[in-house]
Amino acid sequence: MDLVTPEVGLIFWTALSFFILLFILGKFAWKPILAAVNEREQSIETALSRAEAVKEEMSRLTSENEALLKQARAERDAILSEATKVKNQIISEAKESAHKEGARQIELARIEINNQKAIAMADVKNQVATLSLDIAEKVLRKQFEDQKKQDELVKELLKEVKLS
Amino acid sequence: MIGAFPTQVFSQENKSEGTEKKFDPKETILEHIADKHEWRLFGKSYIPLPVILYTDKGIETFSSGNLQPAGTIYKGKYYNYILVNNKIKAVDDAGKIDAAANKKVWDFSITQNVACMWMTGALLLIVFLSMSSTYKKRVGKAPKGLQSFLEPLILFIRDDVALPNIGVKYERYMPLLLTIFFFILINNLFGMIPFFPGGYNLTGNIAVTAVLAVIILIVVNLNAKKGYWKHIFMPNPWWLFPIMIPVEIVSIFSKPIALMIRLFANITAGHIIVLSLVSLIFIFNSLWISPVSVVFVVFIDTIELLVAFLQAYIFTMLSSLFIGMAIEEHHDHQEVI
Repeated sequence: MDLVTPEVGLIFWTALSFFILLFILGKFAWKPILAAVNEREQSIETALSRAEAVKEEMSRLTSENEALLKQARAERDAILSEATKVKNQIISEAKESAHKEGARQIELARIEINNQKAIAMADVKNQVATLSLDIAEKVLRKQFEDQKKQDELVKELLKEVKLS
Repeated sequence: MIGAFPTQVFSQENKSEGTEKKFDPKETILEHIADKHEWRLFGKSYIPLPVILYTDKGIETFSSGNLQPAGTIYKGKYYNYILVNNKIKAVDDAGKIDAAANKKVWDFSITQNVACMWMTGALLLIVFLSMSSTYKKRVGKAPKGLQSFLEPLILFIRDDVALPNIGVKYERYMPLLLTIFFFILINNLFGMIPFFPGGYNLTGNIAVTAVLAVIILIVVNLNAKKGYWKHIFMPNPWWLFPIMIPVEIVSIFSKPIALMIRLFANITAGHIIVLSLVSLIFIFNSLWISPVSVVFVVFIDTIELLVAFLQAYIFTMLSSLFIGMAIEEHHDHQEVI
C-alpha cells in the first residue's frame, strides 16, 4: 500500500521543482529554440522557393536565348539569301546591261559604217559623175568638131522626141 | 553491471541483519522501488540527505545520517525520530511509535527522489539553456552537436504530438509539453541506471505522476472552451442528463488519473521485473542461475529503454490530445477516455 500512497513531501517538491523547471525552460530555452527553429524553417522555405523561382527564370531565359538564337539564325539565313539574290540580280543586270551596251555599240558602229559607206558612195558617185561629165565633155568636144556629125545627132534626137 | 550491483546491496542487507535470514524478494523489491532518505551510491555507501520536518511546534531539520544505521533513534528539538521502512516516524522516549505525534509531523525531506529530480532538472537546464544559446550564436545555420541530437525530439513533439492533437493554437502549450516530455524521459532513463546517478524510481512514484496529472487536469480545464463544458453539462438528447452528467464529470477526472496510473505502473513494473530477475539468483541461492538472470535483465532493460521513451511520448501525446479536445471550438462527438 505504501507504493500507491503519495508522499506529501514529494508532491510538494515535485510541484515546486516542476514549475521552476517549466518557467526557466519555457522562458529561456523552449521559446528561443522554437523561434529559432521556426525562423530557420521559414528561411529554408523561402530559399527553396527562391531557388525554384530562379530555376524558372533560368529556364525562361534559356528558352528566350534559344528563341533569340533561332531568330538570329533565321535572320542571318534571310540576309544571306537576300544577298545572294541581290548578287545574282546585280550580275545578271550587269550582264544584261553589258549586252545591251555591246549591242548598242555594234549598232552605232554599223550605222556609222553605213553612213561612212553612203558618204563614200556619194563621193564616189560625184567623182564618177564629174569624171563622166568630163569624159563626156571631152568626147562631145571631139565629136562636135565635125558639123555633119552634129546635124546627124540633132536629127536623130528629134526623131526620138517625136516618137515619145 | 546490472547483475553485479544488486548483489552487493542484497549481500549488504543480509550481513547487516546479522543472521542468515531467509531472502524475501517482495520486501527487497518494494524497498528498492520506494523513496529513501539517503542517496544510495552503490553497495553500502550513501550520501545523507537533509530531513525537513514540519511539526506543530516548528520546522525541524537534520541530516538523515543521524537515523543510520537502521533502528537508530535521533533526538530532535521537538520529537524523537526513527526510520521505519524508510519513513520517518516520531517515537516516544521508550522507542515506541507515537501515533498522536506522527499526525502532527509532516515530512518535507529532501529524499533520494527529490535530490535526483533536482539533479536531472539541473541537467535539463544545462542542456537546454546551452542549446538555446547555441541557437542564438548560430542563427540560420544547420544544427550542430547537442542541437542535432535533441532538435529532432523537439520537432517530433511539435509536429507529431502537439500540432495534430491541439491544432493551430499548439504554440501556447509547447513549453508545457516539452518540459513534461523531457522531464519524464530523462527521469525514466536515469531510473534505469542501476547505480549512483540513477537507481531511483521517480517517474514510477505515484506522487510524481499525480503532480504531473494534476497539472494536466488544471491546464485542460482552465483552457477549456464553451464546447467542452456544453458537452459535459448539456448532453444530447436531454433525457440522458441524469446519466451523462455524472459520467462526464467522472471523465474529467478519469483522464488525468489514467495518465497518472499509466506512467506509474509502467515504470514501476519495469523496475519490479528487473529486480525480480536479479532476485532469482538469491531465491535459488545459486550463482549458476546468474547467466539466465543477466540475459533476461538485458532483454528487459532493452525493452525498458523503449518503454522509457514510449511512456514519455504517450503522456505527452495524451496530454495534448486532452488539451486539444478541450479547446476545440466545435465539439459534438464522443471523446476518448
